Amino acid sequence: MNYNVDEKGYYGEFGGAYIPEMLYPNVEELRQQYLQITAEESFQKEFRQLLKDYVGRPTPLYFAKRLSEKYNTKIYLKREDLCHTGAHKVNNTIGQILLAKRLGKTRIIAETGAGQHGVATATVCALMGLECIVYMGEIDIQRQSPNVARMKMLGAKVIPATSGSKTLKDATNEAIRDWINNLIDTYYIIGSVVGPHPYPDMVARFQSVISEEVKKQLLEKEKRENPDYVVACVGGGSNAAGIYYHYLNNPKVGIIAVEAAGKGIDSGESAATSVLGKMGIIHGSKTLLMQTPDGQITEPYSISAGLDYPGVGPMHAHLYTSGRGKFISITDDDAMKAGMELSQLEGIIPAIESSHALAIFEELKFKKDDIIVLNLSGRGDKDLNTYINYFKL
Amino acid sequence: MNRLQKTLQQDKKLLSIYFTAGYPNLNNTVSIIQELEKNGVDFIEIGLPFSDPLADGPTIQTSSTHALKNGMNTALLFDQLKDIRKTVQIPLIIMGYFNPILQYGVEEFCKKCQEIGIDALILPDLPLEEYNTLYKATFEKYNLSNIFLITPQTSTKRIKEIDSSSSAFIYMVSSASTTGTQNDFSAKQTDYFERISKLKLKNPQIVGFGISNYETFLSTISYAKGAIIGSAFIKMISKEGIAGISSFIKSIRNS
Ligand SMILES: Cc1ncc(COP(=O)(O)O)c(C=O)c1O
Repeated sequence: MNYNVDEKGYYGEFGGAYIPEMLYPNVEELRQQYLQITAEESFQKEFRQLLKDYVGRPTPLYFAKRLSEKYNTKIYLKREDLCHTGAHKVNNTIGQILLAKRLGKTRIIAETGAGQHGVATATVCALMGLECIVYMGEIDIQRQSPNVARMKMLGAKVIPATSGSKTLKDATNEAIRDWINNLIDTYYIIGSVVGPHPYPDMVARFQSVISEEVKKQLLEKEKRENPDYVVACVGGGSNAAGIYYHYLNNPKVGIIAVEAAGKGIDSGESAATSVLGKMGIIHGSKTLLMQTPDGQITEPYSISAGLDYPGVGPMHAHLYTSGRGKFISITDDDAMKAGMELSQLEGIIPAIESSHALAIFEELKFKKDDIIVLNLSGRGDKDLNTYINYFKL
Repeated sequence: MNRLQKTLQQDKKLLSIYFTAGYPNLNNTVSIIQELEKNGVDFIEIGLPFSDPLADGPTIQTSSTHALKNGMNTALLFDQLKDIRKTVQIPLIIMGYFNPILQYGVEEFCKKCQEIGIDALILPDLPLEEYNTLYKATFEKYNLSNIFLITPQTSTKRIKEIDSSSSAFIYMVSSASTTGTQNDFSAKQTDYFERISKLKLKNPQIVGFGISNYETFLSTISYAKGAIIGSAFIKMISKEGIAGISSFIKSIRNS
């Protein structure tokens, strides 16, 4: 089976472009041009150069010795936490801003939940001197005030989304409405492998630099390109798509996806989309989606704002239903514990999103000589307040 | 030929009203429809509320949120409408987003529409390609017309494709925007109306988005077969209720 997107924009039965006709010209323009533009030598040169000099790539592949000893297996961490701005999100915003420029767009819009994608977008807009507008749920603006301040310092305008539940899904709705109303000059930088085709594939390609590097780095360290497992947390699924990308069609590499169980799968306060979702349409994509029996989109919950999305990218919906990926959900408590553990065993304070991935070692037993590459998608600075409140630090 | 196709053949300009089912009150659906028919509205769009109405501006968003809070859902709407054809003759269209229909089951939904006497569907987030490959056969089995939107940015080539896939009318969105009200139309918009009317499409065009009063209604019907009023009607009904319908319609028709 092929786990990449097909020529119609689907991953199995998931994906497509369920968009209002108003957006058709822009999404179609993107669909027709994204492969060609991103393949151009001048694009690749500029993209690679910025990833190297500005983002700080390649990020290290770090053998976590003490963590490995504790769980009696071989754990490598892909250090996306060391990217400029503190998470993998910037790989994608660099790619998309270069594309936006080549399409002649002058005004950039984005949605953000925790603020990481908003910061990554504001950053590249400052870099390129483009106007930047970030939609953020009114509730998230209150919860994530340091990131709001960062975006403002970077020159972005942060507009509160006051509709619906006032969180990430509503910020995304507002960004899409802005795009409908400003088609000609505006480019929408989506922050994950979600939205209408070609966004999921395009974002996955920009993030695929992660597994491209892992292959080379693992060859150096272990004399093999392929680990036994790749592991990542999944909100929309972009850091996961990045670390899976070059292993998708290699069945020898196991794929482990970690979702946020929140207060527990059955608690009514969860973001474990694969378990709790049904096929539906969100933000232009047919995918697994948390919703009422009547088809209204419900509000997810996780202690980690970056995993707090009611849908999941169509690639991941397909990995789940086809059985290619193993999906695990981790509660708030187990994630927080794993975050503290990594801090104390390795001296690395992870983002709470990444802490969810780290918590799997308490859930799954690996063989002693298994090689596991876990995507450490971001650093914990942005989450310090949550850690402080949780652990009464 | 269904009711809608017959209405579109009448030799007059048509006025259609959109309202959100379940707003302002949960159980007003039938009374609103009857009152609209009584006041000479030619066909009606019944809005099935959705939690995340992407193509809508603040007025319809707010009415949808309220309707859902009031308890509106697909099964309830069908229940409210089950005897509607005993009293109402004009064409009825359901306008909504695709996800609630997907959950209800596309085939079940279409079947139910036919039983009740719904003539067409407008689903802004079900585009031409996905409709043609996945759902067209089901819509046709139950004799439902699917209404597509076009905008000032839609290419002539695509308008022609949409025309050939349509079986009732083309929903001509007045500007590249979300729903909302405008006080008058710009020269750019009337140029667009004129450009489309010159294409001599097989399906008549009905203009929607931004029509709010006699002036905007009048300027659209000089180019198109008719017009749809949504947000302006919702604003009116949220203040005046069903009692305000008669004078609202009179003000649009200037009669
Ligand atoms: C550090 C970090 N990891 C993961 C995520 C989740 O997003 P995705 O699933 O697209 O990687 C976020 C989102 O904000 C994040 O900030």
